[in-house]
Amino acid sequence: MEGSLISKAYIVSGMPQLLLAPEQSPGWTRLRQAYQVIEADIHQQEADLILYFSTQWLSILGYMFQADPRPEWVHVDQNWHELGSIPYQFVIDTNFAAAYAEEVDQLGYKTRLIDYRGFPIDTGTIVAQKLINPHNRLPAAIVSCNMYSEKEETTRIGQAAARALQKSGKRAVAVLVSNLSNRFHVTKIDPQQDHISSQKDDEWNQKILEMLGSGDVEDVAQCVREFARQANGDQRFKGLWWLNGLLGQTNHFSGQVHAYQAVLGAGAAVVALLPSVPVAAKDLASTLGSEEGSQAELVEELTDFEQFTRPQSPAKTSPQSPALRRDIPAATLPDFEIVSSSSAEPVGNYPHARRYGDFLFLSGIGPRKHGSKDIPGIDFDENRKVLRYDIRVQTLSVIHNVKKILEDSGSSLEKVIDIQVFLTNITQDFAGYNEVYNEVFKNIRPTRTTVEVGALPTPIAVEFKVIARP
Amino acid sequence: MSKGSIVAGVLAPHPPHLVYAENPPQNEPRAECGWEVLRWAYERCRANIKALKPDALIVHSPHWPTVVGHHFLGLPHFQGLSVDPIFPHLFRYRYDVQVDVELSKQIKAQCDDVGMTTSLVSNPDFRLDYGSIISLHLINPDWDIPVVFISANQAAFYFSNEIGAKVAGDLGHATRRAIEASGKRCVLLASNSLSHRHFVNELDIPEDMSYERIHHHGQYLWDMKVLDMMRRGKSRELLDIMPEFIEMASAEVKAGALTWLLEAMNVPSYAAIVHGYGTVIGTGNAVVEWNPSLSGGA
Repeated sequence: MEGSLISKAYIVSGMPQLLLAPEQSPGWTRLRQAYQVIEADIHQQEADLILYFSTQWLSILGYMFQADPRPEWVHVDQNWHELGSIPYQFVIDTNFAAAYAEEVDQLGYKTRLIDYRGFPIDTGTIVAQKLINPHNRLPAAIVSCNMYSEKEETTRIGQAAARALQKSGKRAVAVLVSNLSNRFHVTKIDPQQDHISSQKDDEWNQKILEMLGSGDVEDVAQCVREFARQANGDQRFKGLWWLNGLLGQTNHFSGQVHAYQAVLGAGAAVVALLPSVPVAAKDLASTLGSEEGSQAELVEELTDFEQFTRPQSPAKTSPQSPALRRDIPAATLPDFEIVSSSSAEPVGNYPHARRYGDFLFLSGIGPRKHGSKDIPGIDFDENRKVLRYDIRVQTLSVIHNVKKILEDSGSSLEKVIDIQVFLTNITQDFAGYNEVYNEVFKNIRPTRTTVEVGALPTPIAVEFKVIARP
Repeated sequence: MSKGSIVAGVLAPHPPHLVYAENPPQNEPRAECGWEVLRWAYERCRANIKALKPDALIVHSPHWPTVVGHHFLGLPHFQGLSVDPIFPHLFRYRYDVQVDVELSKQIKAQCDDVGMTTSLVSNPDFRLDYGSIISLHLINPDWDIPVVFISANQAAFYFSNEIGAKVAGDLGHATRRAIEASGKRCVLLASNSLSHRHFVNELDIPEDMSYERIHHHGQYLWDMKVLDMMRRGKSRELLDIMPEFIEMASAEVKAGALTWLLEAMNVPSYAAIVHGYGTVIGTGNAVVEWNPSLSGGA
C-alpha cells in the first residue's frame, strides 16, 4: 500500500521442526506449506527490509539490536538438537538497527547494538529467515524480546520501530516469530499424533486466530493478557503488543490465517496481515502521553518483591526497610496502592485504588475528567454555581473513570463485584443514572446499593465506590 | 571395581562477570577488576576440589533448558565459542571440553530405568551453554578433568516448584546410583545463583563496584536464611522450604540444580563451607562446598 511504513505483517511459528523435519507430521507439513505461500508473498512485496521480533531472543537488560552486518554460524537448537544443524547467514540493515536503537534510547530503555562474532541468534528468527527470506533478498533487522516487559513498554518498542522506519524513509515487512499457546508435550510423542496439548489452549488459540483472521490486531492486543493466562501464551504472547505498536494500534487490516497446527503440543500458526489503511508512525510525544495505561508500572508493583518476600522467622523489620513505607505486615497478602495515570486525579490524600489480597478496592470515583477540573455534563454560571447538569453524562463519565482505574490495575469492568452509588438527588436522577448503569452492567451483574447523600465534595451529582477482582 | 562416590558438591554460580573480571586467555573482553570477594571464594573452593583429584565434574545448568526430559552430551569432545546472549560484551569464551561420555550414558541409563525421559546429544555442532562453561571454568580453569553436562528440565516452570523438585530429586538419585556403579570419584556442580532479581540497567564500566549491591533487602534476608541452613547442615529443611525460597526470592535454583545436588548427596546433614557471598548486578551469589572429607561428614 502506497505510503505505508509496513507493506505486510506476518505471525509465524519459529519451531525448528518446520524447517528441518516438516515431513514427520501432517500438521508440520501444512505449516511448512503455509510458509511457502508467505515466502512467495514476501517476494512480491516492495519493501526495504524485513523486521523480526522473536519471543525466543530474550533480553533482560533493555533491548538488543542485531548490528553485525553479516552474522553467520551453524546453529543447533538446545532442545531439538537431534533434528540437525542449521547453517545460516543474515544480511543485516545495520543503519536501521542503529536508528531503531536510537528511538528506543529516547524512551529511556537500555539498548545494545550486537556486533559480536558468534553471538547466538535464536532458533525462531533463524527458522523464519530460512523459510521466508532464504537468500537475503531483503536485509533484516532483529530486535530482542525483553522478558520482563509488559504491555505499555512492549507497545512502545513497536511504536519506536515505526518511527525509526519513518525517519529512515524505509518500508518494512514485519514478522512476529511466536507460538500462540506454548505448552509442550513433556514426553516424547509420535509426531504423526501431534495435537494441541489441551482443549482449552486449542479453544483460546482459535479465538485469537478468528480475530486475527478478521484483521482485528488492536482487539487481540487487548486480549493478550487473558489469553496468555489461560493458554500459557508464548512469552505471554507479548510479541503481539510489539506488532500492534508497530502497526499503529488499529483493526484496519485484512487478515488471513494460512495454517494453524500443533507442534509438539504448542499452538503454531502462519498468519498474514495486510494493512487496509497506510501504517504511519506515532510521534514520540503522543506515545508518551498515551492512555495505554501504566501496566509496566503496575507490574513493577506486582513484582516488587520487597512487599512479599521477607522470610518470616529471622526477619527483623528495620525502620529503613522500604517495605515499611507500604505498611505491609511481613509475608502476608499483597497490599499496595494503585495510582492510575489515565483517570481523574484524586482530590485528597488517597490513591485511586488499593489491592489487598485478591480484591481491588477503589476510592469513591466521580465524573471529573483526567488532567483537568472539568466535570462533564455540568453548566456553571460565572460564579461557578451549577446551572444545570446531565446525570446521564456524569454517570457515563464515572464509569469511564472506573474502567480506566481498573484497567490500570490489570482488571476490567467485567471483574466488578460490588458497587455502591451515591446520588445527591435520588428522586430526580435515579432513572437517568440507572439507564446508563444498565447499559454497562446489565450482563456483568455486580451487587449494587444506591443511596442519596446530602452532598459530595465537589459539585458532582454521582459517585461510585467499587470493589473488583484484580 | 570399588564403589564410586560423590566426593564433593559445589553451589557454583555462573555470572559471566567473574570470568570477565579475571581476564583468562580464553575470554576476549578485558576488565580491570571486579567482584573480588566472589572470585576469591572460587579460588578457595577450587583448591579444595583440585586436592580431591576427582575423575569427573558433573554440571547442571539452567542455561541448557529442555522441555522434554533431561539431555546429556554424547560425544567425547566439544570445541567452540560461547557468547553470552545477555552479556556478550563480557563473555566471549573459547572452550575445549572433554566429556566423560561413559558416565553421561550411565546417568542417562539410570534415569531411563526409572521411567524418566532422556536424550543424548550426538551433534558435534551443538554449542555448550554458557552457564555450564562459566561454572566449570571457575572451578577448574585448567579444564583437565572430564565433564558431564546435564540439562535443566523445565518442569518447575511448566507445573510447579514442587513438581520441579520431584523431577530434580529423581535426577539426583539416578546420578548417585550411576556414580556408585561407575566406580568414579565425582564432584557435582550446581550452576545457580541464589536470589535472582537483578537491575535492568548497567554502567559503561561493568566492573564499577560502587554500583554493586543486592537488588532489595528481602532478597538478602532470604539468601542469608538459606546460607545459614547450609552452614548448619540443615539440607532437609532447606529442601522443604526450597519452593517458597524460589518464589519469594525469584531464586535461580528453580531450574533444579541445587535440589539435584543435595538429593544426589543423600541430603547432607553436615555443615557446608560457605566460601563467600556477593552480588552481581543485584543477584545473590554464593560459592558453597559440601565436602565430607573436610566437614566430618564422610
